[in-house]
Amino acid sequence: MKIIVCVSHVPDTTTKINLGADGKNIDPAGVKFILNPYDEFAVEEALKLREKNTGEVIAISVGSDAAKEAIRQALAMGADKGILVKGEKSDSFSVAEMLAEAIKPIGADLILLGKQSIDFDGMEMAPMLSELLDLPAATVVVGLAIEGTNVTAEKEVEGGKEIISLSLPCIISAQKGLNDPRYPSLPNIMKAKSKPIEEISGSPASGRTSIIKMDKPEKKRVNKIIKAEGNPQGAAIELVKLLHEEAKVL
Amino acid sequence: MNILVYFEERAGSIRKPSYEAIEAARSIGATSITAVIVTASAASVLSDTVKRSGVSKIIVVEEARFAHYSSRAAGKAVAEVAKQANADVVIIPATARGKDLAPRVAVRLHAGYVPDVTALAMHEGRLQATHPVYAGKANVTIDVLTPKKVYSTRPNLWKASKEQAESAIVENVTVAFDEKDFAEQTKELVLSQGKLDVAEADIIVTAGRGMKGPENWGLIEGLASAFGAAIGASRAVVDAGWRPHSEQVGQTGKTVSPTLYVAIGVSGAIQHLAGMSSSKTIVAINKDANAPIFGVCDYGIVGDAFEVIPQLTEEVKKIKH
Ligand SMILES: Cc1cc2nc3c(=O)[nH]c(=O)nc-3n(C[C@H](O)[C@H](O)[C@H](O)COP(=O)(O)OP(=O)(O)OC[C@H]3O[C@@H](n4cnc5c(N)ncnc54)[C@H](O)[C@@H]3O)c2cc1C
Ligand SMILES: Nc1ncnc2c1ncn2[C@@H]1O[C@H](COP(=O)(O)O)[C@@H](O)[C@H]1O
Repeated sequence: MKIIVCVSHVPDTTTKINLGADGKNIDPAGVKFILNPYDEFAVEEALKLREKNTGEVIAISVGSDAAKEAIRQALAMGADKGILVKGEKSDSFSVAEMLAEAIKPIGADLILLGKQSIDFDGMEMAPMLSELLDLPAATVVVGLAIEGTNVTAEKEVEGGKEIISLSLPCIISAQKGLNDPRYPSLPNIMKAKSKPIEEISGSPASGRTSIIKMDKPEKKRVNKIIKAEGNPQGAAIELVKLLHEEAKVL
Repeated sequence: MNILVYFEERAGSIRKPSYEAIEAARSIGATSITAVIVTASAASVLSDTVKRSGVSKIIVVEEARFAHYSSRAAGKAVAEVAKQANADVVIIPATARGKDLAPRVAVRLHAGYVPDVTALAMHEGRLQATHPVYAGKANVTIDVLTPKKVYSTRPNLWKASKEQAESAIVENVTVAFDEKDFAEQTKELVLSQGKLDVAEADIIVTAGRGMKGPENWGLIEGLASAFGAAIGASRAVVDAGWRPHSEQVGQTGKTVSPTLYVAIGVSGAIQHLAGMSSSKTIVAINKDANAPIFGVCDYGIVGDAFEVIPQLTEEVKKIKH
């Protein structure tokens, strides 16, 4: 089985975000970048499938040299090789085009992604790839079963799950709950250093969207704090009164 | 400006976020709003409510194979209709289904797309869309450069307006589907029985590790039922196996924007805030006055949840009845 995992290199959620001087991006100084957490579920699923069916797992990322770190992380988890598509990430659509272009000649049986990358929080890549590569897809998947070429995926939706049936080759985007990603062992981290990362250059289209500005959400919360201190009933009465009369949500 | 709004059908009726998307369209001064319904059987969906939503036209793509929904086929249908209807803007609610559908429509229309939009406004003749990024720590305002533009709108942020006089005309459009379009099929929808889902609820009561153990959720259920609320959970309690993942709010769970969000025994980690910071009113109950959740709430009670919840449940019952 030939499996491709798309990985993105994103700021750790816990790092503080500062706005850059251009007012359109973050200031990357001091920001810790990691392998997108959802992509860990995708990598794990690929490794499990390889263990079951043999084959090859290829981690691919579009970005600058720095994105190699995300690929290395996937290699340390156990992927066999990496591909870095060098190109400017002007918007998700153009990243999807560069990914599709790189993926097409490989002829993969399965393409795995995370449900969303935690930088732009777009959730666009899997459906876009599905259109660009003309392959069926199931997104936000929490359960996956593959029998021969038949694929059954459980998609998380409002109030429950949808059971989607499709067949290989196809695209799956992983949601938390699909599996428990392994931690790279020290020997595997060492081994990953000598695994190959092929570099190709993407031909980015100019973005179809442009960022006018980035700003921090202004917090205009009322912020009235009541201390219960020995009088929980009094606090409850006051809270309900505020919700009813001031916030008018009850 | 011609705006096309996707009307999402589930179990024979149109879901609320579609009506909210109509409001988003109206708010940017649409000259004409068309609704598109992609369905296996139009008869069941085309209730008067749809006709009274204030749209001028409803385009129906009826195709028996949609008994097993396929996102690819739906994407093709919506893109075809957008072309035929000469839509400048396509708005799709950012529901579970819509988030999969909208990027497809954008690719098919070669259009720029802004996902999960929380604000849409006209500014000097250009449409500007706001989308939260970095787990809600920042917002980007985006200009779509292509002539056709696709947006998905976050549920619960626009208020669906009251029903209007029935004025919409209904038109059927035939789309030439091929086998491949239905290569993926939704066979089954397994609903968690009788529970209001956090993604759809107007009021949410979320509890976290401060509740000490799963055996204490009776208290949360009591309060939620007094409010008429859905129950949410922090990741800590989902990971501990106390609550199902479907209840998780936050970056790895669901993004919600209810009218009222009550967080109990939840510290307010950034990944949790990512999922609920666009809620209209936020209430926090926590025994630690320094918990970060107090920094982002409208109203808070510093106190022991086990003492406060029973009292609060009583007070809420009084006001609701
Ligand atoms: C990549 C990533 C993604 C994540 N995604 C999510 C996500 O989607 N959703 C999410 O929620 N988290 C997420 N997290 C986890 C997040 O960082 C926090 O660990 C988690 O939200 C903490 O849950 P909690 O508030 O229930 O528990 P804690 O942080 O342990 O907080 C418990 C709170 O309860 C209070 N408390 C204790 N006893 C009482 C009492 N008797 N009465 C009142 N209050 C009491 C305490 O003061 C404390 O503030 C993610 C983390 C990572 C790294
Ligand atoms: N630059 C990139 N290179 C490779 N894969 C990516 C890139 N950006 C996003 N992806 C993949 O697409 C998924 C969804 O990302 P997004 O649509 O950006 O939210 C991620 O979890 C990755 O698997």
